[in-house]
Amino acid sequence: MSATASPKPARQPERLEHGGLIDRGRALTFRFDGRALTGHPGDTLASALLANGVRLVARSFKYHRPRGIVGDGPEEPSALVAVGAGARHEPNTRATVVDLVDGLEARSQNRWPLLRWDAGALTGLVGAFAPVGFYYKTFMTPARLWPLQEAVLRRLAGMGSSPTAADPDAYAHRGAHCDLLVVGAGPAGLMAAWAAARAGARVILADERAALGGCLLRERVTLDGAPGHAWVAAVLDALRALGDRVTLLPRTTVTGQHDHGFWQAVERVADHDPAPAPDRVRQRLWQIRARQTVLATGAIERPLVFAGNDRPGVMLASAARAYVNQYAVAPGRRAVLFASHDEGYRTALDLHAAGIQVPAVVDPRAGVRGPLPDRVRALGIPVRDGHVIADTQGTARRGLNGVTVNRLVDGGPDMVPVGDWIDADLLAVAGGWSPTLHLHAQAGAKPVWDAERLAFLPDPERGKEWMCGGCAGVLRLDDALADGLAAGQGAAEALGLRPGAAPPLPTVGADDPAMAGSGQPQTALWAVPKPAVANGKRFVDIQDDVTVEDIALAHREGYASVEHLKRYTTLGMGTDQGKTSNVAGLALLAEARGEPIPAVGTTTFRAPYTPVTLGALAGRHVGAHIAPVRRSPMHAAQAEMGAVFQPTGLWLRPRHFPRDGETLAEAVRREVIATRSGVGLCDVSFLGKIDVQGPDAAEFLNRVYINGWKGLAVGKARYGLMLREDGLAMDDGTTARLADDHFAMTTTTANAVAVMTHLEYGLQVLWPELDVRVVSTTDEWAAVALAGPKSRRVLEEATDLDVSNDALPFMGVTEGTVCGLPARLFRISFSGELAYEINVPAGYGDALWRRLVMVGKPFGLTPYGAEALGVMRIEKGHVAGPELDGRTTPHDLGLGRMVSTKKSFIGRRLLERAALTDPERPALVGLVPEDGATVLAGGSQIVAVADRDTPPPVPMIGHVSSGCAGPGVGHPVALGFLKGGLARWEGQTVLVSHPLKGTATPARVVAPHVYDPEGRRQHA
Amino acid sequence: MMLIPCPWCGPRPRVEFSYGGPADRARPADDAPLEDWTRYVYERDNPKGAARELWRHGAGCRQWFVLERDTVTHAVAASHPLPGAEVAP
Amino acid sequence: MTRYSALSLIRQGFAGHTGWSRAWRDAAPQDHYDVVIVGGGGHGLATAYYLARNHGLTRVAVLEKGWLGGGNVGRNTTIVRSNYLLDANAAFYEHGLKLWEGLSRDLNFNVMLSPRGVLNLAHTDAQMESFARRGNAMRLNGIDADLVDLPSIRRLAPLLDTSAEARFPVVGGLIQRRAGTARHDAVAWGYARAADALGVDLIQGCEVTAIERDGTGAVTGVETTRGRIGCEKVGLCVAGHTTQLADMVDLRLPIESHVLQAMVTEPVKPCLDTVVTSGAAHCYISQTDKGELVFGGDLDGYPSYAQRGETALIEHVCAAAVALFPAFSRLRLMRTWGGIMDMTMDGSPIIDKTPVPGLYLNGGWCYGGFKATPASGWCFAHTIAHDHPHPLVEPFALDRFARGATLDEKGVGPTPVLH
Repeated sequence: MSATASPKPARQPERLEHGGLIDRGRALTFRFDGRALTGHPGDTLASALLANGVRLVARSFKYHRPRGIVGDGPEEPSALVAVGAGARHEPNTRATVVDLVDGLEARSQNRWPLLRWDAGALTGLVGAFAPVGFYYKTFMTPARLWPLQEAVLRRLAGMGSSPTAADPDAYAHRGAHCDLLVVGAGPAGLMAAWAAARAGARVILADERAALGGCLLRERVTLDGAPGHAWVAAVLDALRALGDRVTLLPRTTVTGQHDHGFWQAVERVADHDPAPAPDRVRQRLWQIRARQTVLATGAIERPLVFAGNDRPGVMLASAARAYVNQYAVAPGRRAVLFASHDEGYRTALDLHAAGIQVPAVVDPRAGVRGPLPDRVRALGIPVRDGHVIADTQGTARRGLNGVTVNRLVDGGPDMVPVGDWIDADLLAVAGGWSPTLHLHAQAGAKPVWDAERLAFLPDPERGKEWMCGGCAGVLRLDDALADGLAAGQGAAEALGLRPGAAPPLPTVGADDPAMAGSGQPQTALWAVPKPAVANGKRFVDIQDDVTVEDIALAHREGYASVEHLKRYTTLGMGTDQGKTSNVAGLALLAEARGEPIPAVGTTTFRAPYTPVTLGALAGRHVGAHIAPVRRSPMHAAQAEMGAVFQPTGLWLRPRHFPRDGETLAEAVRREVIATRSGVGLCDVSFLGKIDVQGPDAAEFLNRVYINGWKGLAVGKARYGLMLREDGLAMDDGTTARLADDHFAMTTTTANAVAVMTHLEYGLQVLWPELDVRVVSTTDEWAAVALAGPKSRRVLEEATDLDVSNDALPFMGVTEGTVCGLPARLFRISFSGELAYEINVPAGYGDALWRRLVMVGKPFGLTPYGAEALGVMRIEKGHVAGPELDGRTTPHDLGLGRMVSTKKSFIGRRLLERAALTDPERPALVGLVPEDGATVLAGGSQIVAVADRDTPPPVPMIGHVSSGCAGPGVGHPVALGFLKGGLARWEGQTVLVSHPLKGTATPARVVAPHVYDPEGRRQHA
Repeated sequence: MMLIPCPWCGPRPRVEFSYGGPADRARPADDAPLEDWTRYVYERDNPKGAARELWRHGAGCRQWFVLERDTVTHAVAASHPLPGAEVAP
Repeated sequence: MTRYSALSLIRQGFAGHTGWSRAWRDAAPQDHYDVVIVGGGGHGLATAYYLARNHGLTRVAVLEKGWLGGGNVGRNTTIVRSNYLLDANAAFYEHGLKLWEGLSRDLNFNVMLSPRGVLNLAHTDAQMESFARRGNAMRLNGIDADLVDLPSIRRLAPLLDTSAEARFPVVGGLIQRRAGTARHDAVAWGYARAADALGVDLIQGCEVTAIERDGTGAVTGVETTRGRIGCEKVGLCVAGHTTQLADMVDLRLPIESHVLQAMVTEPVKPCLDTVVTSGAAHCYISQTDKGELVFGGDLDGYPSYAQRGETALIEHVCAAAVALFPAFSRLRLMRTWGGIMDMTMDGSPIIDKTPVPGLYLNGGWCYGGFKATPASGWCFAHTIAHDHPHPLVEPFALDRFARGATLDEKGVGPTPVLH
């Protein structure tokens, strides 16, 4: 054996000889804190840990107290561990819901250096001075210390640690429709699903556990003379025989109820697979739309609250039964049962039957009589009725080693001072049942307190779902089965299905503990009074370390609403969201307030029922798939030419086409100069394109643009600006008239969708009388701008169309063949040069780009990207996104003269408001640096020169919206807005201030159109 | 997620739709007082309970329509095409 | 009232914590007050506190339908900042941030202000320019702001995906280092306790059912589920339900109520020390002192008073969170919730007198209400006490819509869901 080899795993000392639904024929190896252990298929991590005698598994949140395994399922408040290694590390996992797989790595958390010796437990020593909410009462002064104190608090808090590498696993979403969703595959859920499916309903049956069957797998029951699990197997066979109609979803937690019969569920697909295939989905998020729903979610047992109730070895009675019956594990060898109701006595019977010593059953009720207590007594087990557990003893590593039993006098605090000591390594506690109402209540139903059953029951007024079995407060097995059958039949009837032959209700064994019935009602003992000599604390919420005293203190301080209690004490705010603790907490609050429990109410039930990985919620929308990528039809051709692409919304746009070793600035400079002096080619497919057709098309454009359209001749284009109804600029673009009743509109890239919606609103909501149709053609057309003084010569090589200035003047539009491709040709210019925009059907885009590049080669045609496009439009003084920031009027943009006074249009009236016509509004100006060299960066603010040294707040008189180095004009230029605009500032010097970079640059205010202000070039 | 009955396409999940303001808002005449325009563009009844709203089936037929919906329970009572909308073939 | 300090904790520790007094009295309504504040959330409690502290008005009652702090002050993502572009917003929220910085001492209640910085991520150069515009405006307004480059961002948020291959690659960001988070409930409780100590009556379980006016139309009192209460002035601080109260005096408002959701993961050890927001991803993330990661995103998109939202939004926020922080994929979402937002038509709040004499309005907080709590209370108290808006809130006047002087920080116009 090499030195690094694992030590041989120990045998499982606490595994029972017989029984259980585990596969003893196979051993699985796993590790806990590095220690090699074994278990069997069918185990959970919790049952396997218990089988190996591991009782200390975790440290609590606040006091770092040693904690063990309390439950056997999703309600687990205590046994939180980390599982998985490396990038598959997963913190805060309830050991009770982890299917044991070969090679599983599990580690304790929230401890340092070791689980057994945790320095964090020292916080318990100062606990006396750190009551609930202590942090609200201190650390106020000196203020400079608070960040350090906070850092310490942060480090002590938290539970496990986050993974630090990207999740290697995949997650998926799946939508499903069904007639009936049944949540929970226990006795009631199985009967409901069976009944409805038989009647013809399409049923989805989901259950959070690995195996369907619910309590029938955990309890010793007989149905039709066979063990419960045998009946479950038979029903599942019957359901499977119904074929596609029934979908069985084990390991699937229905986590939320949402509007209109929409349910969300998480299926753990591969977590129980030790080596999932790389392409395998780990978890699947189901989105289920159900016409009817049956909730058969069962009930969660409540613990009892007494001094020392948090030691490893104190366990829910139902969990103790589950470990014995389902997993064949002895959670202890000498077990005391502390029960406040008859049904809890089953645990004593089951433990006894498994060969576990039961030295006593302790029951706070006096004079207990009834079928179950009597059967316990008949086995020779002493029943200490009228008694309570007053305190417990034990060690950190082994947990419980004994309990103190006291007589309860008058249910009051006067307990006999010295109790009896009983050796015990397991204390099973049965404090009653809380129906699992989370899904019911998430949609707004208000659970109703039943003072007799000491439980919240479903809201009879609210909720369209069928509640049956434990979650409806129906706990006796035969009743739950019948209740499930009725729910299934009811749901089928509500679906309009003819009830077929009902499935047979099984006969529950007469001597079954489940059938014994109750002798006397449960007692409402929410917390055992604490004897003066007791050492232990009384925990209500054992994950967040909230004690009875904390609740009392919160109440004394006036945090008397149940929500205040939760928020002040953190009761129920842990990963379990108080599944086992909330009821006791609010009952204690009610006692303190001297009011009945309904007056206190519950905190709000929120989805998810149990925590869900972010990965499952994200599904496939991760990494590159967080959002779709839109590419121009010319993308590939541009990529081949070395284009650097830049995300613009969803689009990837060529930013520049660098040659070897060029920086961005160098490339842009070259592209601009090449275009201004020769010819450039730019992809403009990204612009929004909308086809507008119909007899009223011109009238429609008149109503959406500020300028007039009726006079636009066919074969001409016009620049248009549209406003929102509030009078502020929404979008601009060039729209061409292709026929009397046909316009081709362009929009900015960013607003393409918004403009389309805006137009549809106009046509459908405002003016249905207009006979106009609009359709988005952004994806139908590929478009390029061919710009520069040589553009006509290139075009002449590419087309037979007459593109002379006479035949196709500025703003002219024609159709024909370009590069052998059917094309629309627009003589429009964003760059300020002689320029054409060529549109071809999108499928020809790639060909158009490649052919133009070839045709243009002799003319030095240079492709240019979005950056050069932006530079040229700034030089030319055209407004774009940074100017159209949603707060500017036409006048602000220097487009005031476009506003028609002869017609009505969207935004016309509110544009007249005082603040929008104020001459002091910031309006568009051009800016050039006084030194002729410093680039005036977009995002700079503008202040008066006199305010150069003014301390903040410094009055801002405007800002720079877009700036560039101005390669086409030989000096930097910028566009900006100044209060009062050009009228006030032209020729003056202002200070372009960029305090983030520590610069302040004097700049001269000029007209925005710096490049070719007369427009000769574009008209050439 | 709500199931919204598009008058043209039938019930579809909410994500296919977008809300577009209250229904039944009459756009004032062009020469109406500015106060009317302010009211039209900015003020809202904002009902708690039964509401008549404009919705658009953006991921479907792209039609605007009226949805009667409860803003507290999210229950949907009915949906109607807009007046003037064409009847589906 | 016990003064809170380390010393008092030690003293009480030896006494078994039996000597702590109530944080606030359980006051019964009196017949008449000078001022009735409707709404016992953060803004209402802060208003009452500053009415008493700054203006000497102590015959003040705060009427709360449910429990103190039960509205949006108890269901937000706890972010505190003043990183605004527009002058009016900047001045107001910066006044607030300064109040935040002294709030724990002022209230003698640790509101756990945690100035861990709010980092806005930029994914394009255009976004960096727009951040620069805002950051420069902040600096000139005397507010701290810094542009940060990729190496700094990697230090601030080591688990953030800053690779160039990301779908929305991070190119830089804007940080306000003085911004951060605070313990939201503590803010409500701290103001409640301090206001109570100055004599303000905090009355829970008291719903206002009508606003009583005299023949001139002036306010004379309120009808409540606990009887009539007379008063000279009524201040409304009921964000989420402002419309319902305004309806009582036939006041129509530029407000729609929408649901905003937020969510937390299970607690983990410190792994994110800064508040990170990404406009492109529509997501913001921070980590609480308890260790939970808190996420928020956009509105659900339609009017709702349900205080619960839709799964699609939650899935989107989680996808965004995983895109930004791929390591968070295996963390689990523990709780989701929704709050009702008064969304105004320009995304900015309303603090003003109303056309009804004696009735004052504080609402329309969209989803920026939490950070505004101190400034809102401060300025609203002034507005009520002087029957004239505090200079800082003059731009937040109700008539700004009629005048065209909207405060549209995002520039999206009168579509509430876009703000």
